[in-house]
Amino acid sequence: MEKKWEEMSAKEKRDARFADWASPKLPDGNDLPFQSPEAKAEYKARVQRYKDVIELKKPDRVPIMLMATFMPSYLGGALPYDVMYDTEKLKSSFTKYMVDYKPDYYITPAFAGNGKIFDILDYKLLRWPGHGISKDSTGYQYVEGEYMLPEDYPALIEDPSDFWLRTYMPRAFGALEPLKMISPFTNQWEPVMVGPSVIPFGIPPVQEALKALMNAGNEAMAWIQQIGAIEGGLMSMGFVNGAGGATKAPFDYLADTLRGSKGIMVDMYRRPDMVLKAMERIIPIAIKSGAGGATMQRNPVVFLPLHRGADGFMSDEQFRTFYWPQLKAVLVGLINEGCVPALFCEGSYNSRLEYLKELPKASTLWVFDRSDMAKIKKLLGKTITIAGNVPAGLIVTGTAEQMKAYCKNLIDVVGKDGGYIMANGTSMDDGKPETVHAMIDFTKEYGVYK
Amino acid sequence: MAKDLVKTLADLKEKEALEIVQSRLKAGGSPLRILDDARRALEIVGKRFSDCEYFIPDLVYSGEILKQITDLVKPKITKGQEVKRIGKVVMGTVAGDIHDIGKDIVVFMLDVNGFEVFDLGIDVPAQKFVDKIKETGSKVVGLSGFLTLAFESMKETVEAIKKAGLRNEVKIMIGGGQIDDQVKTFTGADAYGKDAMEGVKLAKGWIGG
Repeated sequence: MEKKWEEMSAKEKRDARFADWASPKLPDGNDLPFQSPEAKAEYKARVQRYKDVIELKKPDRVPIMLMATFMPSYLGGALPYDVMYDTEKLKSSFTKYMVDYKPDYYITPAFAGNGKIFDILDYKLLRWPGHGISKDSTGYQYVEGEYMLPEDYPALIEDPSDFWLRTYMPRAFGALEPLKMISPFTNQWEPVMVGPSVIPFGIPPVQEALKALMNAGNEAMAWIQQIGAIEGGLMSMGFVNGAGGATKAPFDYLADTLRGSKGIMVDMYRRPDMVLKAMERIIPIAIKSGAGGATMQRNPVVFLPLHRGADGFMSDEQFRTFYWPQLKAVLVGLINEGCVPALFCEGSYNSRLEYLKELPKASTLWVFDRSDMAKIKKLLGKTITIAGNVPAGLIVTGTAEQMKAYCKNLIDVVGKDGGYIMANGTSMDDGKPETVHAMIDFTKEYGVYK
Repeated sequence: MAKDLVKTLADLKEKEALEIVQSRLKAGGSPLRILDDARRALEIVGKRFSDCEYFIPDLVYSGEILKQITDLVKPKITKGQEVKRIGKVVMGTVAGDIHDIGKDIVVFMLDVNGFEVFDLGIDVPAQKFVDKIKETGSKVVGLSGFLTLAFESMKETVEAIKKAGLRNEVKIMIGGGQIDDQVKTFTGADAYGKDAMEGVKLAKGWIGG
């Protein structure tokens, strides 16, 4: 008899998730049909290659994954404005890129975001092409803000979901501002409360906010069906989605999403206890968010873009107080759920490497940008799977020859005996055909393990 | 007494530093002297940042404390304070890019190291750099950028400076996110600084001081 999920070990859960990943399904639950037996074999080989490097075994060759937001559509001939507002253009450009370049894994086209949904909700955390930045801009850009105020810590700590619903959402989305008028759903405890607790839903501005949510929902439904069609098409050709779920370090939840860089940096001095308590509350939420995506997508990989833990963004003492223990708790939680955390470390993390030794072996993937790769291989090659380090500057301004030389060195040094994925270290919005082709084609040829 | 404020602020003791300022003002102490002490304290903060003793949160926090001190002192100041500056630098995040954290750190470090910095802000069109160089006679220009789109904007800014006939009058340094030597060559800038300290070193090397 098959074991129940909660009785399985972390390793058994992970194997089950990898098996799911290797057998993609359609939304209706039937097997996804492949275009050809070769495409099916290619798909399975790509998942196996990923599994091998995560288990720190030597795969057949160095796997290739390009970290990107708008680069695929850019190289496929469409601007971010086009693909954020026209899913047909997203489909044609993204698919063209994959067919032309053929990396093993792709980062979901959903990362491009949907301009119509942002417009309807009046999203404040971003400026996107045609909304705050020029229509021909190569990407969207973040706007830092204090969406949570210093005095909000007790409310966040007491009830994070209620805080998100009635305080964060109204501040982060202009159209949802009236949601601050609704009462906590936990007020609903006996018949006497039924009437009173729904009164706010009779207030016209609240009703407008709910309409905005429904309109956004309609757009989202049409959009996600297209995303599903794009990804289904790519998988049927043998390409593999690079991640199932996504989450963040608890500190980054506070820093990027809620308090802003300046706010959180000052909080570490003025109210350290509040910061620590808030992160304790966020840890299980972060695990649930990441593992939930992995389950829904039938893909064990959970992507974690790291932000404020990079070298220089805090002292070692602050890192070991405010960043690492909480991040580690999230990673261990994900691993226990059978997920593979894939950490995306833009910038450099040279001063943080020793901490990674504390992690369970052969369980996490770390995509580095500007860190010291030779040192990482030596120090952590038997603990973590390593990826990345092809510089954005080289991709955008370099030549094919320079790219080949760079990749050769990475394969020789970091790829030695496996445990490495060829990747760039930052989420690209643009690229140069010549260098991107060189990176992929050269790795396929030179990166074969004998 | 004077020494206390410098040390407490440099050590980022917010409450104590503000108490010292308040009691000095109450006792009729010179507001300009208080600001001068604060400036010396921030020089120490900058030095500790250069020595990797302090990190970005320490800079941000010191700036927050300084803001409060300035708020307390400002109403009592009657005439402007003369600070001797070693040179002028025009700084900004280039067109299309709205990131400011890195640029602000360089501005902070140049300022505490004695430079007069003209901070043009974010998403700065090339012409605005040209105009500011003409207006101020600055000898150093710092172009900041976080995104890869900044490579092209930096190149265009360098070209605009060249077209205005100012290329030989200024030294141009670039930095931020994904900037490296490869990008420096692409943009035609004179140098790339991997962090704020490098930026200060470059400016000092060009201007002296």
